Amino acid sequence: MNPFPKLDEKDTRSGFGAGLLEAGQRDPNVVALCADLTGSLKMDAFAKAFPDRFVQVGVAEANMMGIAAGLTIGGKVPFTGTFANFSTGRVYDQIRQSIAYAGKNVKICASHAGLTLGEDGATHQILEDIGLMRMLPGMSVVVPADFNQTRQATLAIAVHEGPVYLRFGRPKWPVFIPADMPFEIGKAQVLVRGTDVSIFACGHLVWRALQAAEALQAEGIRAEVINVHTIKPLDVAAVLDSVERTGCAVTCEEHNRHGGLGDAIAQVLACHRPTPQEYVAVNDLFGESGTPDQLLRKYGLDTPDIVAAVQRALTRK
Amino acid sequence: MPAPNAAPSKASRASTDDLARTCSQVRRDIIRMVHAVQSGHPGGSLGCTEFMVALYFKVLRHDPAHWSMDGAGQDLFFLSNGHISPVWYSVLARSGYFPVQELATFRRLDSRLQGHPTTHEGLPGVRMASGSLGQGLSVAIGAAMAKRLNGDPHLVYSLHGDGELQEGQVWEAAMSAAAHKVDNLIATVDWNGRQIDGDVDQVMPLGDLPAKWRAFGWDVLEMNGNDLADVLRGLDEARSRTGHGRPVAILMRTEMGQGVDFMTGSHHWHGVAPNDEQAARALAQLPETLGDY
Repeated sequence: MNPFPKLDEKDTRSGFGAGLLEAGQRDPNVVALCADLTGSLKMDAFAKAFPDRFVQVGVAEANMMGIAAGLTIGGKVPFTGTFANFSTGRVYDQIRQSIAYAGKNVKICASHAGLTLGEDGATHQILEDIGLMRMLPGMSVVVPADFNQTRQATLAIAVHEGPVYLRFGRPKWPVFIPADMPFEIGKAQVLVRGTDVSIFACGHLVWRALQAAEALQAEGIRAEVINVHTIKPLDVAAVLDSVERTGCAVTCEEHNRHGGLGDAIAQVLACHRPTPQEYVAVNDLFGESGTPDQLLRKYGLDTPDIVAAVQRALTRK
Repeated sequence: MPAPNAAPSKASRASTDDLARTCSQVRRDIIRMVHAVQSGHPGGSLGCTEFMVALYFKVLRHDPAHWSMDGAGQDLFFLSNGHISPVWYSVLARSGYFPVQELATFRRLDSRLQGHPTTHEGLPGVRMASGSLGQGLSVAIGAAMAKRLNGDPHLVYSLHGDGELQEGQVWEAAMSAAAHKVDNLIATVDWNGRQIDGDVDQVMPLGDLPAKWRAFGWDVLEMNGNDLADVLRGLDEARSRTGHGRPVAILMRTEMGQGVDFMTGSHHWHGVAPNDEQAARALAQLPETLGDY
């Protein structure tokens, strides 16, 4: 039985938009920048409420990152908004030098991440961004699971000192995290307790992991589901605590199998407690056009894929 | 415009003769720093000496003794072409941001004076890492926007290489500064016509540079960056043009390597350190006016 029933269906980017408006109301130093995607990023409410604190930079993401870095010098808390592809790969060196190395308090907010962007296809479906961002010293990487959590995460990063990469998505997706559930950067959430396998998931795949756990329960397998909404800094204690009890792990992410959540957890396991681990991730491929559900199925990120990964992991215990 | 917060520094009363003496010492510092570690960028540093000395010892409303990252109530400066760190480190030290003796640590292990400037080691006076080119104008625009949001009437200055203008981000930034009427910003281009691989005109011509900046919506003026009097005039003129709805660009003609005869006017000394004999020849041309570090 899934203890987190579906409450609603909303896009995580709208959770960002709601959180940004609220963050702006709470702190007059919060400013926002957007590269010609105000509607897509749901930043219009902020732009309307605080026109003096909203900077439209046009289709010029490199400049946006630099302006954001400069704004921090006057004590501002800038949130940049564009698609995940243009928030990372396109501007990697700007983020590296002017934000990460310079230690600037910029919040890089990235929508339309992963395959579930859908029909726009592989040019826009970045599957490498978590890896790119978690390699930067000092950069926090947050990948919330649903609308409510994206709103909470947006508010949390606004009061967190230091650069943050916040990754969310485009499609309407089940809302299942209660709006009042505590959220803390760097603190993983055990959503379902189990003893046979630890399923670590982030972003959209947390919902799929819950569904998989439910399916596994029917087969008598008790899976633990952990929402790793912060990939960096990783909640090492939570990871080790869980595998200590279950003895095997499955990681689920809408990302290339190289560099993302799975690798972050594999590193912890290899260094602290060697444990069988299976990956549910894109197998070193680019995506393509299609609906989110079709793409998750084709690229092996769907609920049956998680179930199959669990069964493989169990045989390796 | 008066400085409501920043205390006027002693340096701001410096005469042109004082500034010229400071330039000679700063050039000695550049040669000695680069020679000591046999690495660094003397050419652009020497060419920008008059500008940097005029800025730090006369023009900037700043308070080196009370350095803060946010620079509230002070003018700010950003060096986009971070490779000319020797000249910046020298004027920062000599204007009181950190001990002059620390110049001896340039490019050495555990130093705050990294090869390219950084905030990472906490060096007073540096508010942004630079070195990867083309990023500084965006940063300066952001800092200027923050000043405006904070109701701080002080100005933001930035310096850029001309070769650096080949980076696309510079033009993204130029476009946006005009669009957002960032008129508390004075961006100066070190227009020496040289870059690592040769003359800018051969490597990648910039075309009609004044026309380009004007077309991007900037108020443009020119000055001779190796003539102290003209630098002071140009910076004064630039300041008078701020606050009128447009960002201000100074296209500053300089000679790479200015002040050392055998280094002047060639791209060769962009990033090459002098050997012992060359350093001695260079220093012989530059009187020690304020005492070597």
